[in-house]
Amino acid sequence: MNIGEKREMICINCPIGCLLTAEMTGEGIKVSGNTCPRGEKYAIAEITHPTRTLTTTVKVANRDDTYLPVKTAEPISKEKLFEAMETLNSVEVNAPVKIGDVVFSRVCGEADVVATGNVD
Amino acid sequence: MRTCDIAVIGGGPAGMAAAVAAHDAGIKDILIIERDEGLGGILRQCIHNGFGLHRFGEELTGPEYADRYKKMVIEREIPYVVKTMVLDITKSDGGDHIVTAMNSESGVFHINAKAVVLAMGCRERSRGQLNIPGDRPAGVYSAGTAQRFMNINGEMPGKNVVILGSGDIGLIMARRMTLEGANVKMVCELMPYSGGLNRNIVQCLHDFNIPLKLSHTVSKIHGKERVEGVTVSEVDEHLRVIPEKSEYVECDTLLLSCGLLPENELTKSAGIPLDRITGGAVVNQNRRTEDKGVYSCGNVLHVHDLVDYVSEEAELAGRSAAEYVLAGKKEPECIKTVNVHNAGAVRYTVPQVVDIYKEPKDIKIYFRVGAVLNNATITVKCGEKTLLSKKKRKVAPGEMEFVLLTEKMLGEVDSDIIVSAEN
Repeated sequence: MNIGEKREMICINCPIGCLLTAEMTGEGIKVSGNTCPRGEKYAIAEITHPTRTLTTTVKVANRDDTYLPVKTAEPISKEKLFEAMETLNSVEVNAPVKIGDVVFSRVCGEADVVATGNVD
Repeated sequence: MRTCDIAVIGGGPAGMAAAVAAHDAGIKDILIIERDEGLGGILRQCIHNGFGLHRFGEELTGPEYADRYKKMVIEREIPYVVKTMVLDITKSDGGDHIVTAMNSESGVFHINAKAVVLAMGCRERSRGQLNIPGDRPAGVYSAGTAQRFMNINGEMPGKNVVILGSGDIGLIMARRMTLEGANVKMVCELMPYSGGLNRNIVQCLHDFNIPLKLSHTVSKIHGKERVEGVTVSEVDEHLRVIPEKSEYVECDTLLLSCGLLPENELTKSAGIPLDRITGGAVVNQNRRTEDKGVYSCGNVLHVHDLVDYVSEEAELAGRSAAEYVLAGKKEPECIKTVNVHNAGAVRYTVPQVVDIYKEPKDIKIYFRVGAVLNNATITVKCGEKTLLSKKKRKVAPGEMEFVLLTEKMLGEVDSDIIVSAEN
C-alpha cells in the first residue's frame, strides 16, 4: 500500500465482525474501527501477511471408517492452505488419540497440526 | 418405574450445560437422554473453529467445545444414556412427568421425572419445505447432511456445487468443500442480505473468491438420476422469481442452508404451547414452559447464533429446574405475570412471559429483528413508562440482541412489556 492509501475490511476474530479501516501513513499502518486490540493486529496482518487457522480431518488407520478432526495449532499463511490440505490428505493416525496430540509436525514448515477430537 | 429428579432430553451443548448447572445447584439425580452415539450434538461435526470465545475466552473447534462440557458431565458423574430416543412426555398423576423412551437394549421404557429440560436442538429446513420444482435426483443435501458426510464419514458429497442459502452452515460448507477440492460455483441468497455472520462471509467466501448472489434463488433442479444443474433466478422485492433474469448453472450437487427449525415434536405432543415465530416453547425468564416443571433451552427454544449463548441459556434452565425440585416442586413467589410484546422491527422475544417475583433478579430479554436497521433505537416500555432506551449502530436479522432489565426496572413493571427497535 502507498502512503495515504486506505483499505476497508471485516475483522474475522469474533462474531462481532468489526468494520476496520487500515490506512498507510508515514509511521506505518493505522487501524480504526476496531473494538479490541485483536482487530488492529488482524488488519495489519491482512495487509502484510494474512494467515488462517486450517481445520480438516485425517484418517484413523486402525479404526474402520473413522476420521479425526484436526487443526493447525497456530494460523498458517493464507496462500498455503491448499498445500497444507494436500499434505494432510495422505496423513493417517493411529488411535488412541486425544485432543491436543500432535498428528503432524510443522505443516508447510509453519505450524503443528493437532487433534481436536478424541478416538479411544 | 425408573425415577429421577431431572430428565434432560438431548445431550448436545444445551443438554450438557443444563445438566451441569442443575448438578452444581444441588440436584444429583439427573439423566441425560441422547439419541446419537455420543454426547456433543451437532458440535461433533462442526470441526471448524470459532466456538467458545465468550465462554472460555479462547477459540475452539466444535468437537473441542463439546469435549469441555462432556468432561464436566463425566467429572460430576452425571448419568447419561446414548442411542436412546425419547418418544413421549406425559404428565403423571402426582404432578411429575413421565418420559417414554426406547433403545435397542431396553426396548420401550418409562422414567418418572420431577422436572424435565427440553434440549433437543433444531433441524434444517428441507427441500420439501422450500418447494423447489424439479425431479428428485441424488445430489440435493442439506448443508448439515453434507457436513456430516464429510467430517464424520469422510465422504465427499459432490464436485461441482451450488449452495442455496447463506446461513452460517452453508458458508462453512462452501469453504470446507473448496478446501477438499470441490468447485463451489456460488452461494445464492433469497434475501437482499446474508443470514450468516460477516466473519464467515469473509473467511469462507471472499478468501476463496466464491460469489455471493443476494436476491437470488434456485427456481428449478435439473437431472433425473443425479443433479445435472440448477436454474438460478433473481427475485424482485416481493421475493418472486423474475423469469427473464434466470440462468442455467451446471452442477452435480445442491446444498441447502435455508434456516433452522426448532425440533419440537415432543413439546407439541406434550401439549405445551409454542411461539408461532420462534417455533419453540413459550417460556418465562427462567426458561420454564407453560407446563410447570418443564424447561426448554438452546436451539429447541429459539435458534441461537453462537453455542456460547446456548450454554448460557441452558445453565439458566438447568439451574431453574434444580431450584424448582429443591423447593419441593415450587416456583419462586410471584406477584404478577406480564407478557412481552414486539414492536417496530422486533420479530420475537425470549422470554415471551415475565413473572415478577417478590424478590426479582435481573432479566435479559433476547430478541431478533426482521430487517437490517442502521442507527437503531431500542426501547423497552411498560404502558407509558420507558424502562430503557439505547442506540445501536446496526441491528440485523442474523444477529440476536438483548436488553437487560434490572431489578429496579422490574419493580416498576405493572403491565405488559413492549420491546421495540426503530430507525
